[in-house]
Amino acid sequence: MTRRFSFPILTAVLAAIATVAIAALLVNIFTRQQEARNPFYRVVELTDETVDPAVWGRNFPLQYDGYLRTVDQVRTRYGGSEGVPRTPTESDPRSIVAQSRLEEDPRLKTMWAGYAFARDFREERGHAYMLADQTFTERQAVVQQPGTCMHCHASVYVPYKKLGGGGPDALIKGFELMNQMTYQEARTKVEHPVECIDCHDPQSMQLRVTRPGFLEGIRKVKASQGIADYDVNRDATRQEMRAYVCGQCHVEYYFKGAEKRLTYPWDKGLKADEILSYYEENGFKDWTHAESGAPTLKAQHPEFEMWSQGVHARSGVACADCHMPYQRVGALKISDHHVRSPLLNVNRACQTCHHWAEDELRERVHIIQDRTFQVRNVAMDALIALIGDIKTAKAGGASDQDLDGARRHQRRAQFLLDFIEAENSMGFHADQEAMRVLALSLDETRRGQTSLPGSTATPGATSARPAANRK
Amino acid sequence: MASPSRRSRSAFVTKTRFITVAAVLVGLTVGIGTYTFVYARGYSYLTNDPAACANCHVMRDHFSAWTRGSHRSVAVCNDCHTPPGLVPKYLTKAQNGFWHSFYFTTGRYPDPLRITPRNQAVTERACRKCHEDIAASIDSAPGGAGGEALSCTKCHNDVGHIE
Repeated sequence: MTRRFSFPILTAVLAAIATVAIAALLVNIFTRQQEARNPFYRVVELTDETVDPAVWGRNFPLQYDGYLRTVDQVRTRYGGSEGVPRTPTESDPRSIVAQSRLEEDPRLKTMWAGYAFARDFREERGHAYMLADQTFTERQAVVQQPGTCMHCHASVYVPYKKLGGGGPDALIKGFELMNQMTYQEARTKVEHPVECIDCHDPQSMQLRVTRPGFLEGIRKVKASQGIADYDVNRDATRQEMRAYVCGQCHVEYYFKGAEKRLTYPWDKGLKADEILSYYEENGFKDWTHAESGAPTLKAQHPEFEMWSQGVHARSGVACADCHMPYQRVGALKISDHHVRSPLLNVNRACQTCHHWAEDELRERVHIIQDRTFQVRNVAMDALIALIGDIKTAKAGGASDQDLDGARRHQRRAQFLLDFIEAENSMGFHADQEAMRVLALSLDETRRGQTSLPGSTATPGATSARPAANRK
Repeated sequence: MASPSRRSRSAFVTKTRFITVAAVLVGLTVGIGTYTFVYARGYSYLTNDPAACANCHVMRDHFSAWTRGSHRSVAVCNDCHTPPGLVPKYLTKAQNGFWHSFYFTTGRYPDPLRITPRNQAVTERACRKCHEDIAASIDSAPGGAGGEALSCTKCHNDVGHIE
């Protein structure tokens, strides 16, 4: 009896499965076609005052979803962040922070002795945390920070304009006013971490630079290349803007003068040694080293500068191409607003151009990073030795005059090393440049040690830059 | 108690009902299948027109990259992505069509797309078909191909599509 019915039953089951599959295909095709009809619906009116990203998110829900995901904490070999639980206190309500870099590498404490970074320095987390992590870092307890910090730790475009009192130059005026506030006072003027309006024009959605530091900084870079009166929002190409909006903040900077004006030290160029020679000329120091007495500098996340020296920049590949690669959502193609390490997204970030297996591509990055890390460690050990030597000489009665040369070399060695250490790619953004800068750092350390009182070693010649005497 | 004849009669009725249900379901499959085939312009895939391959959004970039590639005036999609011969050609089309439908419907696929080893081999053979002379002289060169043959597309990876 069962055998007699098995054929029609089997046919019915197969037909049902096939029908389900075909219907799914049909619905899928239909959905994609509908999605392609209207890439975007305007449900709210956005103005040049709309700060809240949730409002922008109503017009651009896909981009907003990605933006919200910058809360993710995922490690990569040399970056990313790991969620570390902590007990919230009254002064710091955070229940999760990132791992401490100072615990990972205690040499950093020696390098930054006497500076707030030796107190608390953690792996950077995603954009979502930029304001909270700076508000609650223990560094705030060690030094009085200026309102200048908001330039990059908060969405300041609208607050600057309000503070500047409207008018055509309100942005710059507001910038100057907030720079001179205390951190705590400025903190009351801002609400959000970086958000849509910081990079997008609310009408056309075109990219635009809103940060005075970069507006002024890139003008200096272009001027040094012979381009006068450069206005980034007028003169940059669309592809350049895909790097410049990131370069608004991912750069080396300092606070200039008593008015604490945020300044990008790019007058001589974007390379580490060009920036260093700018600081050497104007004599700026971040702090006096507690162990050696050297007038030291702290380098800060110079991703834009390092990227600009690498092969990707030369090939016209912008930050957004790898950190916010295009993704397909249904029939739509959008930039992934979940800004993160390309190592967590190799398919979209790398394989658009590099047709190799994901593991192979990841391995190539790791080879570059492992090499950089090794040399960074060698340079760090050397620097720690120099700091120790200066300390010993000081304890042995050496005068400030005796130690002056060694301290100057420490300042330079330290800045060059920190430039690579603070840069968030462990050499990947420009691998050969990273090695060059670390080699310069090692040379400064070596010269520092030979210039100590009692040293019989000689520093040797300072040869011209190799590029100058090669054809 | 039912007589043998009544039992076989009721079995006959049940069997007829089963066959009817199966027939309706098969009809449904054929009906929806035909509708989908027409709606999704399935017939266009039987042609050599490259525009057919870009029916899906997912292939638009590849299509526009082909219009810029050096081979645009000498080769259409099928010249490099299907093997020669009517039967192998349509078997390859059917196979790719099935898996495309499967993966694009389930959404489980890497994007940018990655070519499968089988399709890579088809393309490799297509290079060697038109460029037979040069390929043969490279393969037979001393120290050349020996065991593992060189892959044309490893270096000439932008002749079909320029990104």
